[in-house]
Formats: sequence, structure tokens, C-alpha cells
Amino acid sequence: MEIERHEYDVVVIGAGGAGLRAAIEARQQGKRTAIVCKSLFGKAHTVMAEGGAAAAMGNVNPDDNWMVHFRDTMRGGKFLNNWRMAELHAKEAPDRVWELEAWGALFDRTKDGKISQRNFGGHEYPRLAHVGDRTGLELIRTLQQRVVALQQEDYEQHGDYEAYIKVFAECTITRLLKDGDRISGAFGYWRESGSFVVLDAPAVVLATGGIGKSYVVTSNSWEYTGDGHALALLAGANLINMEFIQFHPTGMVWPPSVRGILVTESVRGDGGVLRNSAGERFMFNYIPEVFKDKYATTEEEGDRWYTDQANNRRPPELLPRDEVARAINAEVKAGRGSPQGGVFLDVSSRLPAEEIKRRLPSMHHQFKELADVDITAEPMQVGPTCHYIMGGVEVDADTGAAAVPGLFAAGEVSGGMHGSNRLGGNSLSDLLVFGRRAGAGAAAYVDALPARPRIGQEELDEAREEALAPLQRTGENPYEVHHELQRTMNELVGIIRKAEEVSEALEVVEKLKERVRLVGAAGTRIYNPGWHLALDLRNMILVSECVARAALLRQESRGGHTRDDFPGMNPEWRRKLLVCSTADGSSITVEEQLQPAMRDDLITLFDRDELKKYLTDEEMSEFDGISK
Amino acid sequence: MSYKAKFKVWRGEGGEGKLEDFTVEVNEGEVVLDIIHRLQATQAPDLAVRWNCKAGKCGSCSMEINGKPRLGCMTRMSTFAEDETITVTPMRTFPVIKDLVTDVSFNYQKAREIPSFTPPQGVRPGEYRMQQVDVERSQEFRKCIECFMCNNICHVIRDHEENKPAFAGPRFLMRIAELDMHPYDVADRQESAQEEHGLGYCNITKCCTEVCPEHIKITDNALIPMKERVVDRKYDPLVWLGNKIFRRPK
Repeated sequence: MEIERHEYDVVVIGAGGAGLRAAIEARQQGKRTAIVCKSLFGKAHTVMAEGGAAAAMGNVNPDDNWMVHFRDTMRGGKFLNNWRMAELHAKEAPDRVWELEAWGALFDRTKDGKISQRNFGGHEYPRLAHVGDRTGLELIRTLQQRVVALQQEDYEQHGDYEAYIKVFAECTITRLLKDGDRISGAFGYWRESGSFVVLDAPAVVLATGGIGKSYVVTSNSWEYTGDGHALALLAGANLINMEFIQFHPTGMVWPPSVRGILVTESVRGDGGVLRNSAGERFMFNYIPEVFKDKYATTEEEGDRWYTDQANNRRPPELLPRDEVARAINAEVKAGRGSPQGGVFLDVSSRLPAEEIKRRLPSMHHQFKELADVDITAEPMQVGPTCHYIMGGVEVDADTGAAAVPGLFAAGEVSGGMHGSNRLGGNSLSDLLVFGRRAGAGAAAYVDALPARPRIGQEELDEAREEALAPLQRTGENPYEVHHELQRTMNELVGIIRKAEEVSEALEVVEKLKERVRLVGAAGTRIYNPGWHLALDLRNMILVSECVARAALLRQESRGGHTRDDFPGMNPEWRRKLLVCSTADGSSITVEEQLQPAMRDDLITLFDRDELKKYLTDEEMSEFDGISK
Repeated sequence: MSYKAKFKVWRGEGGEGKLEDFTVEVNEGEVVLDIIHRLQATQAPDLAVRWNCKAGKCGSCSMEINGKPRLGCMTRMSTFAEDETITVTPMRTFPVIKDLVTDVSFNYQKAREIPSFTPPQGVRPGEYRMQQVDVERSQEFRKCIECFMCNNICHVIRDHEENKPAFAGPRFLMRIAELDMHPYDVADRQESAQEEHGLGYCNITKCCTEVCPEHIKITDNALIPMKERVVDRKYDPLVWLGNKIFRRPK
């Protein structure tokens, strides 16, 4: 049977912020570029990002600069971040935001006409460029329209909109193809017809986002099935930091059908406070030792901060996300939760109704339409939701290159940038900075390549057979298997973990692997969601095993990994990365790897007193040697 | 609080299909999309529907519910009586691929035909200065989540396939207005809105505004002002005279 085949220089998988920015870069460098996305063009999960893009432009507070942003990012990630990525990110984010403006983006403004910047958890200064609370939509639309602008240029020149950049919408990649150890292309299917497509390309950029669909309560959409993570593993690349998952502290808890959907952190940045059922602002009880001197200890001081940041410390509602999520979890467990099992997030008693509608229009809309709650009149009920995975493909910071030649990754699917916990606002800027770098990295790789790798027939036959298999079985309903995986991960490898439970989860995952091999999909190949889910299950299982195995090994609590049986942070563990790989395509191996020490000029940006909280004695004496 | 609801869902592919009856469980707080998902999980695993965010932010789950264009994720079941039969059909203006999924490529073609944002020469990134009040007009239109329900409901193309080539639809006429009102856009948008994108077909019945899930005032704030700008220019006696005297025939 003939399979549809196309030739490109660079194939980008994923059309969220990172994918589009990578594709734009590759095309601007003259590469024939394909963008493959599971959904329609412009629907990627990036549209859900509300708060903004963190970039130290200094428009609101001139004291801000890349070094402050770098410090905040490392602090947020509990010093486990790939420091080179954190450095590049802090340095380049302003240029990436300004560039969007030249492509037509319309951010909210300061009085002197610059891009306005808002406060956010973990950021020392107001830093997030934003458009109300729909910044992600603005970002996606701007990048989408930039792709169209490039297509219009190509049409002028070549008479074909798709001469240099084409979007394969509603197309899912199921396998990366290799010639020896190099990437040679990708294999996938069209959602609409179920027919197969082969993209012949020496470079592939993964930009597939996260893994949230392995959990029941998540802010992530159906697309977030860990495709890129799994494709990378299967192609022989490594994943790092998979134990670190961010549970966003404020997801909706009611009604049940929207449980997990995000309530933006800007609600807190703009004055919203968290209260328990007794009406107490409980966050004051949860300021961890490492942050004691940076956060207000009284409500009065916290409230003054909103108008006078120079002379007051910020309220503890703006602690990094992991801290707030754990605090909410603890309040609910202690029986001080709201009627539907969350806590109260109140902005109604803090700002005038008109101001709330102006600053948080989409939150107002979301609660009104989905929960029939008017946030200008009553508090919201919120609780933690699986939101973001810090872990992902191990990449070279400067080029986004993975261990497999020709494979690149950017955005949520890559690992390292955010360490053990991501700051809000650092995701949109991450997408732009490293999307561009991965696109450039892929273009440079293609330029340096002596000959195009070739796709072997045998590999194609295998990919085809694997994809068709669920349709040829009359096995178990894939939805059942998916639900069991989600329940298992939520209950046993969730926000608080312990060894017995994680081990139990691994046993369940082993059994689910067997069941996945037997699931069947009824119906034809045309737009068949049961079939698609059956194929996605392979990816979700692989990724879930990585999360659970790494979570079991890391015997400490740090950022997005909290062990009930190892409650403290351990400086010895800070230097260790857990690296996941698979040899047989089914079972996961995890190995420890030492993280390189921070460059001298970067580590000396921190105070000794702060580093002392994170580093080993040995590292501290090295530091003292440098800083003399 | 749960009950059994009666649903009629359009099912079919390749130009053929019919309404199929389902009886399905409904729980408190659910929306129509939840019920479609329950059908997939329990009775019809290959039922095709587009969706992504389930929070009214991505504009994927556009469908017609009891004949009205709606987002499935933003239509609460509590707005229907328990004994009411709910009919769910695909958007009518676009060809059906399967079940509730339509071919919306018309919209992507139209998007390409509108010249992109055109900033003046010499303004470098980082140098843009705009006042909030000046960006707000276009920001309203940039709230659009591209659910395409305005184009779906617009009578110019809903039952008139023949108008499709000449008419960009409310979504993309609004895009032209957005660019025309962008403080830094220097392209001439007004003549082409009328001549190339079919602004004149719109007779401001406001159906688009009524179905917009983002509550954008498409007609009042985008289409009517655009029409006024076009008219101002077309019938301005000085512009008319200038065109007569200075413009050379092409």
C-alpha cells in the first residue's frame, strides 16, 4: 500500500508556543518546515496560559534585570535547574517578547506606553507581560499570524503559500524514524481519514507539551498524553527530572466536570487571598524556612505590599506554586476545607467589582459560565491540580539538541530549565526563548549534515502495524484502561508521595502494560477517538512509569516532588539528576547523573546565606574559594 | 442528583448520516460536552467530536445544540429541563467530516487572504509605545477564540455556498477591523475590506454577535465602524476628486 510521503528539512511536532516559535525560526533560516499538530492550528494548550510571559524588561520596576530573573528562577526550582538554560532564558526573554509586538501582539500598557508587567508568585519584581488574563491566547494568535505572514511572503515569491512552511493539522505522530543512530523522519496518521503519512526529514523538533492526561485532576487538555516524551524515549533519547510535577495550587474544584481547570495565579497577584473554612488566611502558617525573610508575616504588611513594594514584603499567597499547593492540601486534610473539598480564594472583598472584571475578565467569565459563581460577589473554591511537568527530554541548553542526532526539543517536553519547580510566567517565556533556539539548532544541524538520512521500509512496516493493531482487536475498551491509569497516578504518585504507594503504582502500571497490548478500538479509521486513545495509551504508560520510578528513587522533598517519608530537602540530592531511558521500548531504566556545578560568575550572583540552605558543605567551601 | 437524559446526536460520514437516539446519565454540574464524552466512553467509542480545553478558551467544541451554535463545554445541562430531548448536530455551514466534526478549512483559507500586520519601517522591537486606551479597541477583537460560530451562523454563507469565495465572514472582517484599528498598522485596509473581502454583503443582522461565546460586539464595534470608514472614504468628495485626477489607470 502506498503511504503519503513528504520531504522537509525540519519537522516540528506540536503547534503550541514552542513549536510555532521553532518553526518560524527554521523557516526564517530558509528551511522547508512542517508543523504537525494533533488539533486544529491555533488550538494548542498554550491558549490556556493566563498570567503572562516573564521577561525582565524593567518597564514597571527599573531595578529588574536578567540577574534578578535568573536568581528567582533558580530559587523557584530549588537550585536544581540547568543553570545555563535559566541564564539564557533570563537574558533573552525581553527580546522574544518585544519581537512579538513587532508581529502584531497587543499587550496591556503602562502609563508611558510600554508593555505593562504584573506581579507573580516567586518573581521579585512585576515582570509578566500580559493581556488581561488571556496572555497565552495572544501568544498563540500572534505566532499563528506570523506563520501566516511568512506563508504570504512565500506566496508572493513562489506562488504557493505552503512552499516553505506547511501546517499538518489534526495529524498525530506515532513514531520517529531513524537511519542508524540519526533521525530520518516521522510516521503518523491523519485524524480525519485515519490514513498514514510519512515525513521524511533529517531534523525533528519535539514541542508536544506535557503529560497531564495521566492524572484524573488536571488542567491539561486531551492532547497532553506525553507523546513527545515517549517518542524521544523510543528513539533512544533520555528524559530527566520526571519526578517533578507541578500541581497548580488553584484549580477549580466544582462543578465536577470542570474539576482541575485552572484559576490563574494573577488572582493572587492582583490581591486575591486564600482562606480556610474558619476564614483564616492560612498561608501565613506555611512560610518555609528558606523563604522566611522574603515574605510578610502579618496581614497588614502583606496588604501594604500591593501598593508599596519597596518598603514591605510580599504576602505568602505569592509563594512558589509547590508551597501553596502543599499548604492547601494540608488545610483540606486537616478538615478546614471548603464544602466541595478545596479552600476559598477571595478577590470579591479585596477589589471593586469593575476592577475585577477589567483585570480578570476570563476568570470572571469562566466562573460565571461554568460554575454559575460571580467572583466579584463571592469567593471561589479552589484546590491543587496537575498542571505542568518540569521533567522532559534532556537537551543541550544552547541548541535544544537531544542525545539522538537530529532530535531537538523545546518547551514543556524538554527538561532542565525549571529545575524542580517552575515559576508562573516562566513557561511562556521558556517557549519563546527555547522554541527559537531549537528551531535555530535544527537549522544549523541540517546545514552541517553531509547527506540526508534515509527511511527504511522495515521501520515503516513496523510503525504501520503498530498503529493498526488496536483496530484489528476486539479487546478491552481503551477508556477503561485510561481511567485506571489516571486514578492510579492521582492517588499513588500525586502531590504527596510515599515509597509503598509509589511501588504499588508501579505494580499497577506493569499490569496496565499488558492490558494496553490488548485494547481494541471499534469502528473505522475515520476520526475515531477510541482508536486514537488506544495509541496514546502507549505514551501515557511509558511516561507514568518514568514519573513513578524517578519518584521512588529520589529520597527527599524538593519542588514538585514531595515525599512523606523524606520530608526535607537534601543538599546531596540537589546535584543529582535522575535520567530515564528505555532499551526495549517498554521498560524504563533510571540512572543517577551528576549535574555540572554552576559557572563562577553565576553562582556569585547569590548571597552566601542563601546558598547555604541548598548546597553541601563541600560545595560551600568551593564557593568560598571562588568568592574570595 | 443524576438523571437519564434523552439525546439525539447526528452521526455519519462521507455525506450521509442521521440523528441517533441515546439515553444517557447526567450528573449535577455537567455540560453538554461531558455528555458527549460519556457517550464515547460507554456507548459510542468512535463518536467524533472536537474539543481541547473544556473551559471555553480554545474554541474547538463548536456544535449546534437544539439548532443554536454553541460551545459544548459552555452549555450547562442545567439550562435544559430533565425531560427535554437535546439535539446535537454539527455546524451547518461547513462540510461534515464525521459526526460532530466539520471541515473548517474555509476559515484558514480566509485567514491567509488578509494581509498581515504591517508596521511602519524603522520601528524596532522594544520601541513600540502605545496607550492602553488605543490598544483596547483591537484587544477586544483579539479575544476571539476562533470557534468559527460567527461564520457558521452568518446567513450570507450559511445557506449560500455561492457567496463563500467573495465573503470572509464576520471572523475575518473583524480581523481586518482589528488591524485597521491597530495603532501601528500602516496598511490600507478599508478599500480591500469592501472590494476583496465582501464587507458589503454584511447587512448587520447581528447574528454573529449573538452567538459569540466571548461576547465580542462584532457588529457594533468591528463591522459597523469598518463600514463607516469605507463609506467615509468612498463618498468623500475630496477623495473622489483626488482619485479622478491623480490615480492612473492600472
